[in-house]
Order: sequence, then structure tokens, then C-alpha cells
Amino acid sequence: MAIQTPNGFNLDNSGQRIVVDPVTRIEGHMRCEVNVDEDGFIRNAVSTGTMWRGLEVILKGRDPRDAWAFTERICGVCTGTHALTSVRAVEDALGIEIPDNANSIRNIMQLNLQIHDHVVHFYHLHALDWVNPINALKADPKATSELQQAVSPSHPLSSPGYFRDVQNRLKKFVESGQLGLFKNGYWDNPAYLLPPEADLMATTHYLEALDLQKEIVKVHTIFGGKNPHPNWLVGGVPCPINVHSTGAVGAINIERLNMVSSIIDLCNEFNRNVYLPDVKAIGGFYKNWLYGGGLSSKACLAYGDIPEHPNDFTADQLHLPRGAIIDGNLNEVHDVDPRDPEQIQEFVDHSWYEYGEPGKGLHPWDGETNPKYELGPNAKGTRTNIEELDEGAKYSWIKAPRWKGHAMEVGPLARYIVGYAKGHEDIKDQVDGLLRDMNLPLDAVFSTLGRTAARALESEYCGRLQKHFFDKLVTNIKNGDESTANVAKWDPSTWPKEAVGVGMTEAPRGALGHWIKVKDGRIENYQCVVPTTWNGSPRDTAGNIGAFEASLMDTKMERPEEPVEILRTLHSFDPCLACSTHVMSPDGHELAHVKVR
Amino acid sequence: MAEIETFYDVMRRQGITRRSFMKYCSLTAAALGLGPAFVPKIAHAMETKPRTPVIWVHGLECTCCSESFIRSAHPLAKDVVLSMISLDYDDTLMAAAGHQAEAALQDTIEKYKGNYILAVEGNPPLNEDGMFCIVGGKPFVEQLRHAAEHAKAIISWGACASYGCVQAAKPNPTQATPVHKVITDKPIIKVPGCPPIAEVMTGVITYMLTFDRLPELDRQGRPAMFYGQRIHDKCYRRPHFDAGQFVEAWDDENARKGYCLYKMGCKGPTTYNACSTVRWNEGTSFPIQSGHGCIGCSEDGFWDQGSFYDRVTDLTQFGVEANADKVGLVAAGVVGAGVAAHAAVSALKAAQRKTQSRKEEA
Repeated sequence: MAIQTPNGFNLDNSGQRIVVDPVTRIEGHMRCEVNVDEDGFIRNAVSTGTMWRGLEVILKGRDPRDAWAFTERICGVCTGTHALTSVRAVEDALGIEIPDNANSIRNIMQLNLQIHDHVVHFYHLHALDWVNPINALKADPKATSELQQAVSPSHPLSSPGYFRDVQNRLKKFVESGQLGLFKNGYWDNPAYLLPPEADLMATTHYLEALDLQKEIVKVHTIFGGKNPHPNWLVGGVPCPINVHSTGAVGAINIERLNMVSSIIDLCNEFNRNVYLPDVKAIGGFYKNWLYGGGLSSKACLAYGDIPEHPNDFTADQLHLPRGAIIDGNLNEVHDVDPRDPEQIQEFVDHSWYEYGEPGKGLHPWDGETNPKYELGPNAKGTRTNIEELDEGAKYSWIKAPRWKGHAMEVGPLARYIVGYAKGHEDIKDQVDGLLRDMNLPLDAVFSTLGRTAARALESEYCGRLQKHFFDKLVTNIKNGDESTANVAKWDPSTWPKEAVGVGMTEAPRGALGHWIKVKDGRIENYQCVVPTTWNGSPRDTAGNIGAFEASLMDTKMERPEEPVEILRTLHSFDPCLACSTHVMSPDGHELAHVKVR
Repeated sequence: MAEIETFYDVMRRQGITRRSFMKYCSLTAAALGLGPAFVPKIAHAMETKPRTPVIWVHGLECTCCSESFIRSAHPLAKDVVLSMISLDYDDTLMAAAGHQAEAALQDTIEKYKGNYILAVEGNPPLNEDGMFCIVGGKPFVEQLRHAAEHAKAIISWGACASYGCVQAAKPNPTQATPVHKVITDKPIIKVPGCPPIAEVMTGVITYMLTFDRLPELDRQGRPAMFYGQRIHDKCYRRPHFDAGQFVEAWDDENARKGYCLYKMGCKGPTTYNACSTVRWNEGTSFPIQSGHGCIGCSEDGFWDQGSFYDRVTDLTQFGVEANADKVGLVAAGVVGAGVAAHAAVSALKAAQRKTQSRKEEA
């Protein structure tokens, strides 16, 4: 049956149904079903979140100062970003202002996460969609060395001997017959287009990036004690600064600062010498594979992040841009207000929940959620052995958030489109430069490759910002300010009887918001609307499809039974399912209504 | 163990003669500094021993354990995956998806019956017929049971698999259940923490490969070598605790001197883990060193022990050596009194130096 969605996609579920479950190389659990026509084109797409944990319920009644630790455990991949969002929400509710140094340190940690997450995503979760490590065995190490020197003359690891060693190791691995992570890959699928030398170069960088990523996170370890899951603090950061006096060895001192500085340099070198050149080189071979744009050319949303000054979240003071684009109109960027009950709403008609009033969209502060797991009449299989889902009914543990009724894409590409439309200088320079280098028109950014390239550009930009905030931190210390925490309102006896707050960040995967209500010193209500809830949303009441589903439409599959193209495009969003599917109350009670301050 | 291609098989398939193979073994023995007596042993291992297959499944979790694992510095994660184990199924990192991923799992189970290690990250929810966590259209708990049936041993990675962790905190809406309550007929090694330290994770694996045995476990099922002592016992700030020198408020003068974080709620005195010795991220730091107290993330039910900023009161008398097994035997009342007395002493010391800004709990 063919239908057109309000957001402009023609769905036809008459062709062969392909099921991919589990979708691998993502965070969490996800299923995808598509219908493919006779020529191998995807004509209908169904994306399903297949896990639910219920963290907001668990948060009720707890100490708001502890909330960062609970919400941080929403995700161990984008570790820290939920914690930052949480302390911002609590500080907003209680009217706590953080010191300048705390703002710089938080920004450094958040930027550090962006870089780490983007690098690990590209090399360890996404690369195998484009790179064929088995094909790398056929490469000539000398030619690989020449390729490396051509695409990145400054990268020191480029000799023929170096690539020969990696190739030999790979060969030994493959010849052992135990293919491990590469087992059952799609290595003879014609969708793989790289020559063996590019495959060897990229596979080598898979290993280099694996070594490097453990260095990047040491910035979190210095300021937060460990990674994954560093420690945070309502009112500032937990790490004191002491650069001059006795006991400095027990605080952030010159040795610690030097280590942070050298890691920042390492990030910048890798971005410049390896990550960006790889994306350009690999992208060059896939230049004609311009599928996957989906919602990006229609509707993008970003909350903005990285405030230049502490406690100032006005849009023009944020280094990562805020705004919403709808109907594909890049000439108008709308402002976004998380407190406006008419802007952000969640729908559950196709999610495994039910509302008191069916068909209604609810703002997070008014959120209600009763899980209701049931399969539609056209589903195949049983309740505990699903063969095919019925997307006409409920089919996902993810809710459908909408901005003024629009399904939106969030994430690095959305940030970059919003930034480009707003005339953000750094972003515009980067995007124009990349398009010029690759000889591509602006329209090319609305694609799977555009999403992947935006992430690489953002990693490079975040590296520069990391340096900016490090310098700012050092300058501020030099000027005599060593303060890292404001404890005036640490004691709950200083808090108002009731308060509400909202915290927003740009997580690596996109716009992230936490909404909190505090009453009598305890959490009365806590709601999170996270990036993959936006991108991975199922259909809404009006029938709009979400960003994952939209991006798969009209993609040509070389071999429908091998989901290379589906993985390619889904991975370009860097899905995080543990994030997306934890919302709401299982007991059937409506969560409290909250007034906006 | 039929039809498993060993290293020797592979070499023979590549046209290498038996004679060359033995020469390779003697060179290996020499390179390792071993005498000629070891040559037949190496040859035997090469002829018979494939890389140990590992199946790594994911239930309700946040993937912090996988992220921690790849942070390992010694050994490097790439060396573990390329040379020590064969990670035949891990939905976070594997190339294949959907049917091909499920086939890789089934193939490994059948081929290596009784000889693979099952690593579990996360836990199964039991409410809603298990459908709060779905893999391949079925409840995760089914995949877990299926993979566990023929496993040689199970590693429960992190607080989720070991104890339930955050989704099992009250009121545990999904009935998230730790692995040992679902699988009861297999040896289970708990490696708790949220997440566990990277080098502890790879340490447990390499211990099993090197010594060909399971690590010695304490009564809770944790490797004694990493979880036998409290963070407090080996904390470099312990002398400040003993001297009654405490941080009294965040970012106060004492915080900047690196004093003890006990009064800020540090759970080091009741937490068994290697953070203060192995430390985190190649020994870079650990929570207490960075200025925040330990939140006790490797202990059972640590989410439901009050605020992370409440002081612990069930501490054994300071100065007394204890391990996890002994602590279970100590009466809580006696313990509480010990801490209270110590806090009073420290309060007195502090009062002699300056006016107390906080009222002592005692």
C-alpha cells in the first residue's frame, strides 16, 4: 500500500520485507525493517528501539545533587554529557551560578567527549560500512605509503614498512580462520568501493585510533577521576585548583595542566593528520553515493552549547549554534525555547506507551507514560518472538518528540546546517572549504556522507575550542582566580520549597534536554528528551516519519539480504539506544504537571 | 571441539612443512627466553589451541563496560582482540548485523561447545515477558540462557551484570536482574564497577588465558586479586584521614591541599576495588585524587545507600585490616560507634585550629 507522509515521503510496504535485528555497531538495542522494491530500492522504513530502563522513575524522590550520577549512566558512550545536562538543570532550578573556571573545565570535558566520541564512532562503529579490512590484504604497502603521504603529508606513520607490518598482522589474523569481529561481514558485497591500498590505510587507522582514544579521555580522568563516567558536581566541578602552594600535588596543578595541554595537542594533531584526511579520502571514493539525506534538508534542530561565559546560555554566547530549521528554509532560523509547552512535545501513538488522552502531544514537564507493550494486527510472529512488526500500530520503545509538530533531525549535521544558515563563521569556513576540496555542491551535505563529514569537521572545531578554553582557564588562574565551586546553595536548607529547571547540551549525537522539578529538597519529577529519541522516533499521530526512517528511503541496496547500505546510513547518526529509550513512569500514574518559572 | 582450525592447521594450509613449523617453535622458544625443553610444549599449544572464543552479549546497560575495555593500556585492547581472544560475537563492535550476526553467535556456540567464555554486559529485565530488552525479536534473557548453556565460564562485566546497577535501583521498574540469579549452573566471575577499571577487565581475561584457570574469587564471586581490599586501605589520602584532616566544603582550603574526602561522603571506606592502586586510564588518576569522593560503584546496591554525599557510618575501626569476607561478620553497631568516635576526634582537632563551620554528626 502506498501513502504519502505529511513530511513528504512516499511509503510503499508492498515489496520484500527485510529485517535487521540486532542492528550492530551502535550503543544499545535496535531493530530495523524495510520494504524493498523489485529494483532493490527501499520504499518503506521502520525503526524500532528495543530496550527500556525507566531511569526517570528511579530518580523520583532522590537528592537532586545525586541526579548527575544516575543520568550519566543513561549512556557510557557519550559519558558525562547527561551528567552535565543534569547539573545544569539542577543549577537552573535552584538558581546556582558556577565560577568561571568551572565553566572552562566543563567545556573542556564536554568538547573532549565530542572529539573522543566522534573518533570512536568513525573508526570503530562506522568505518566497516565503507572499509573492507579483508581487501586490505591485497594492498601494496608501498602504494599505501604513497597514498598516505599524498592525503596527509604531516602524518609521521606512513612508511611502507609500517603498513607492511600491519598488513602482516592482519594476514596472520585472517589466516587463523578465527575472524572474530570481522566474522560474517559483507566483504564480497559490491557496495564496498575502496581500492586495497585505501582499505589498508583505513584499517591501520582503525588500530591507531583504538590506541589514541584511550589517551583522549585522560582529560576526563584528570578533572573527573575516571573515564567512562567521570564525577561532576552541582555548583561547579569537584576538582580544586592549587598551582602555587603546599598540597598542590593533591589538586589541579601545573603537572596536571601540562598533561591536559599535551592531550589537547594530540587531539588536534589526530584530527588534522588522520581523521579529516581519512574522511576526505574515503569520501572521495564514495562521492556518488549520495543517499541518506532524509530530514536533514527539511527540518533540523539544535539547542546549542559551549557557553563562552559561565551561566550565560543566550544563543549568541554559545560556540555550538542553537536554532531550528523547518520546511527546508535555510533563510530562516527559528529560536528554540525548551520552556515553551507548545514547542517540544512527545507523541506515543506508535510507541509502546499510552496517554490518558490519545493522539495528544505532551511537553516534557507534563509528560505521562504508561508502558503498553503490544503488537499490531498485521505483525507476524508472537509477543515474544517478533518476525515482522506492524508500523500501523505501536512498534517501538522510543517516543516521538516533535518541535512545533515537526519531526526533526538532530546531531552534528543538524548543528552544522543550523550554524551554516546562521552564518557561523568557523562552521561556514569549514563547510565551504570541504566542499571546495571535494568539488561538491552545497546540496551534497544533505546525505549520509554529509552527516559523517560534519562529525569530522566538528571534531576539528571542538579541538580548537578545547584549546581556547584551556588558555582561558590558565589565564584566569594567572589572574588569581582559583575558584572551582560555588557552595552557597549546597545545603538543601537553602533551597526554595519548590523549583523547576531545565538543562540543555549538545551531546555528540545531538540536542539533549533534562527537565527537573524539585520539591522539599527531593526530585519530584525528572524527564530527559535525548538525541536518539529525536532521530530514532517512530511515526507520530499525524503520520510523520522520524529521521532514521526518512534517511533510509529510496536507497538502493546492492543485495537486499545484506544490509550494508542500511547500516551505513543508520550508523551515520551514531544511534544511542540506551539514551533514547529510558523515558517515563511505568506505574500508570500521570507525572506531575509543572509550571514554567 | 571438532573442525577447529588451529594455528598449526593454518600454517600447514599455507604450505608450511612440519619441519619449518618445528623450527618456528624453537625460534619462538628462544625469543621468549625459554629452553629447548619448551619447544614441544609450544608446538603442542600451537597444534591444539585456537584463540579462546569469547561471546560478548549486551542486556540492559549503557555500554560503559565496553568503553572501559577499549581503554586498556596493558595489554592494549587491539592486542587482546587480535592476538589473545577471538571476539566472535559482540554487537557493539562486530561487522555483521541481523541474521549474519545471529549466525555468527550460533556458529560459535556449536563449534566451541563448552570451550568459549561468555561475557555479559548489562542484565536481563524479567518484567513484560522480558520484552523490555529485545534482541533478534526475542527477549534478551533467551539469548543469555542460550549462550550460557554451553559456556565454559561466564564473566559478569560491571555493576549491571554483577548486581543490577542503575536500572535495578528502587523501584526497579523492569525487574532488571543480575546474571547469577538467572544462570545458576555455571561458574560466574563478577567484575563489578560502573564501569570496571579497564586493566582489571583485561587483567581478568589474561589471567585466565595465562594460567588456564579461573581467578580465585571472594564470597561475592569477585576476583580476590582486584577486589580483596578497600579503596580506603590503599588510598594515598589515608594519612589525612588518620590525622583528622578533612575537606569540610567543596573547594575549601583543605580541598586544595588534598585532604581526606570522608566528610564529603566518600565511600572509599566501604568499597572494595582497585581504584586507589591500579587507578584509572593508565594510572592517570582516580576519583578521590581528582577531588570527588568515591561513590562506591563496585558495591552491591550502591544506588540505594542514601546520597553520594552522606557520610558512611558502617565503617570498620580505622587501622584494622579487613577484607570483604570479614566485614560481613562485623556487627554494624560496633562499626558505627568506631566511626563516630573517630569523627569526634577529628572535630576536636579541627576546632583547635579554626572554628568549625559544620556541625559534626556523631
